[in-house]
Amino acid sequence: MLEVSNLACTRGDHRLFSGLNFTLNPGQIMQVQGANGSGKTSLLRTLCGFIAPDEGDIVWRGEHIRELDEDYYAELLYLGHLNAIKDELSALENLRVSAGLSGVELEEKDAMIALRRMGLRGRELLPTKVLSQGQRRRVALARLLVSDARLWILDEPLTALDVGAVALVQELIAEHLARQGMVIFTTHQPLQVAGMEMRSLLLS
Amino acid sequence: MFDLLVLVIRRDLVLAMRRRADVLTTLIFFVMVVSLFPLGVGPEMDMLRKMAAGVLWVAALLSSMLSLGRLFSADYLDGTLEQMMLAPQSLSMLVLGKMTAHWMVSGLPLVMLAPVLGLQFDMPVRELGVLVAGLLLGTPILSMLGAIGAALTLGLRGGGVLLSLLVLPLCIPVLIFGTGAVEAVSSGLPIASHLSLLGALLVLSLVFTPWVTAQALRISME
Repeated sequence: MLEVSNLACTRGDHRLFSGLNFTLNPGQIMQVQGANGSGKTSLLRTLCGFIAPDEGDIVWRGEHIRELDEDYYAELLYLGHLNAIKDELSALENLRVSAGLSGVELEEKDAMIALRRMGLRGRELLPTKVLSQGQRRRVALARLLVSDARLWILDEPLTALDVGAVALVQELIAEHLARQGMVIFTTHQPLQVAGMEMRSLLLS
Repeated sequence: MFDLLVLVIRRDLVLAMRRRADVLTTLIFFVMVVSLFPLGVGPEMDMLRKMAAGVLWVAALLSSMLSLGRLFSADYLDGTLEQMMLAPQSLSMLVLGKMTAHWMVSGLPLVMLAPVLGLQFDMPVRELGVLVAGLLLGTPILSMLGAIGAALTLGLRGGGVLLSLLVLPLCIPVLIFGTGAVEAVSSGLPIASHLSLLGALLVLSLVFTPWVTAQALRISME
């Protein structure tokens, strides 16, 4: 489904990686590993199309992502370092707006269910500025529950999360893989997904 | 596609309502700049009446610059802009939504305040009407041209000043036709040509600026 061939990326004068090849098929998960500054985030952002690669191709369902453009984005969910939530909006409003941006009309009831599953019961209507760092991350992660995207690109999804939330994220990933979804992620924390072979890509 | 437009406008309006201070500063700045002129120039009615349209237009121009910096920067800093670029709909449409919301928050209140401020300058009612019509056509153009500058200077340090330097020259035609219309009506000439040119500029901006801004955003996000 997602084929990357001979990918190279440069930031400033520094060549982060080159000659990168991998294929990701439905139901597969891949962890991108590497030291700080080795280009993990740049790789993920390149896969999202934010950064144009210096060399190489990124192909989704047999077509270049540049040509697919919106058709590719409809199947992609990206969760970056930044939570993309607004301080002034409540958790519920944030979730509904971000679902709307990704083209999903989200009913209030479904949004509530998603937020409760993320452990935000009783905090759905509070402005997110009063929530803790970990709770804001949970609001951002609630998007995983309401999205029907095939490919998840998660950049450090576990930052600021407690043990319970980490387990929940593992559960969500396992469910997604069972639905023939695909996941690419980076993390410095151990993350185990039950019954799945974890592939890893080491950037150095 | 229009769902997205409505969604973005509604979101930005809700955000503006919850951050009222930002909206009010723009308005108060407009009122202050306009009110300073009679104090500085002196209370000569003839002179004030003559310069009223120019003063109001320049003040509107400056105060719309004031709020432009915030157009994309808040979304850029908290990552929402990344998500907007990954939306499976046209980014231009989304940008158009943001422009519209920006105008409703920072342009439309100026248009509504302008007649009140015009009275300070003893503007006749007929001129006030033309002034408002001109501003109604012109302020959306300012928001749209400003959005291009805001997208280009996104994430730059000291981007605010650079933004004004980039955008203000582009606004000169709007200023000329806007004030020209008021001048024409005060000297008894037809105003249709000025207002139609403003209208033409508005349509032109509507067609091109969302696309240009979207491209500028893509460059800024790299």
